[in-house]
Amino acid sequence: MAAAPILLDPVVAEATLPRLLADLTNDLASHRRQYPVPPLSARPYGDITTAVERSGLRGRGGAGFPTGRKLRSVAERYPRVVGKRPVVVVNGSEGEPASKKDMLLLSRNPHLVLDGALLAAAAVGAGEVVVCVDRHATAALRAVRAATAERVNSGERSAQGLRVAAIPHHYVAGEESALVHWLNGGEAKPTVTPPRPFESGVGGRPTLVDNVETLAHLAQIVRWGPDWFREHGTDAEPGTMLVTVTGAVQKVGVHEVPVGTRLSTVIRNAGGSLSKASAVLVGGYFGAWLSTDQARRARLCDEDLRPLGAGLGCGAIVVLPPGACGLRETARIVGWLAGESAGQCGSCVHGLAALAGGTVDLFGGDDNVDRLLRWASQVEGRGACHLPNGAVRLLRSGLAVFADEVDRHRTGQGCTGADGSVLPIPDARSEPWQ
Amino acid sequence: MAVRVGRAVAHKVRLDPIACDGHGVCAELFPERISLDDWGYPIVDDTPVDDSLLPHAKRAVEACPVIALRLERIMKGDGERRTTAAGDRQAAAR
Repeated sequence: MAAAPILLDPVVAEATLPRLLADLTNDLASHRRQYPVPPLSARPYGDITTAVERSGLRGRGGAGFPTGRKLRSVAERYPRVVGKRPVVVVNGSEGEPASKKDMLLLSRNPHLVLDGALLAAAAVGAGEVVVCVDRHATAALRAVRAATAERVNSGERSAQGLRVAAIPHHYVAGEESALVHWLNGGEAKPTVTPPRPFESGVGGRPTLVDNVETLAHLAQIVRWGPDWFREHGTDAEPGTMLVTVTGAVQKVGVHEVPVGTRLSTVIRNAGGSLSKASAVLVGGYFGAWLSTDQARRARLCDEDLRPLGAGLGCGAIVVLPPGACGLRETARIVGWLAGESAGQCGSCVHGLAALAGGTVDLFGGDDNVDRLLRWASQVEGRGACHLPNGAVRLLRSGLAVFADEVDRHRTGQGCTGADGSVLPIPDARSEPWQ
Repeated sequence: MAVRVGRAVAHKVRLDPIACDGHGVCAELFPERISLDDWGYPIVDDTPVDDSLLPHAKRAVEACPVIALRLERIMKGDGERRTTAAGDRQAAAR
């Protein structure tokens, strides 16, 4: 099949939702009726980067870094490091237990993700794309492998640079330096930066690491144009985003909403209500708790969430039912985060274990809030990666939002949560780091 | 403390938290910038180190048994960070 030219002139399309979830047919022929074959490129393809910059797309994996700027920093290293063509890594780790959106895209719309990855490769002049998927996400792995084979069989030359890697199932394995370290033959554990992957990544080459959803958006931006992308979302945070809504809602699952939608609307769309909730966890287990009052006032965008100590993160939203004890759930999440430590940094290994144990003690009636807060400030910002910061943020938000419940516990008045443990916590399993 | 404008500029103490084993020697030798957390691991204040303190910083860097500390020199203008000999030693040891 001859490669169709990439359309950088926006095709007028209606600003309706869903976008990413519009076509889940998972079949190359029907996908190609809407999207042309990504080009091969030996040099950075500047038009793509410009389009992505104009779109204002920010990474949807959690950090929210501007994607266009990231493309440009990798592309600009191209001429400086002769013989080291960049690499594109698709981050499909999705280690966040409350998020399922990347697995949904990979298993139901892999061609959009692969197009995005190949367009990003063209943008930075990369010849190789590695799609990293959690090795236990069998449906996603199967779909991505099938989609890759389908492209090779149909003669798409750009597909020859694609490969799929099944990565270890660890939360921190999805940190970009950990992915790079593992792809280079090491353990899937974060490394000390600098150098960051864009400077020296896979095989010492400049490496672009982008989240699955981010790349799906990128494919749509190149196809339909940055202005089309900006028809939804806010000026500062344009576009739509996938949210995984779980907890006390009727329609548990992945929804697509404009960034900046009111949190109460997102929850209502999922068949829930803030009046039938005790709190909302935004950003997943790596996120922060909001009280129902805070949630009522906030839109789903960093502009509103940052002042509340929260953020979009990966878009996971958990509605805590009224019968649950927020302190108990906080202790369970901090315990899970502590267990996800790679065991490399002393302050993380010991500090998170202390925070987890201390929160359980507080739940059991220990009046130790001051000590917990002191430990939290000691642990913050100390690791090679952001795991300690995530645990600290989650704990602090829990102590603030559930202050009444905390007071009951530390003064021995007992727990008001009639429901017992509510949030799903992944089983601890022994998983190799290689 | 502001970064001084001039040819030689400022130094900062940098810790590799993965390499660090929590021996704690650094906090003994350079308490002006390094304290220990409740588990004995160094908390490094990255406020620039001036000339009067530099010898103490260097002693702490050199005494680390696992070479987890380095002194970072911030060059004027370009914002580029370069490490001192102690840092080079660390790179060579890898």
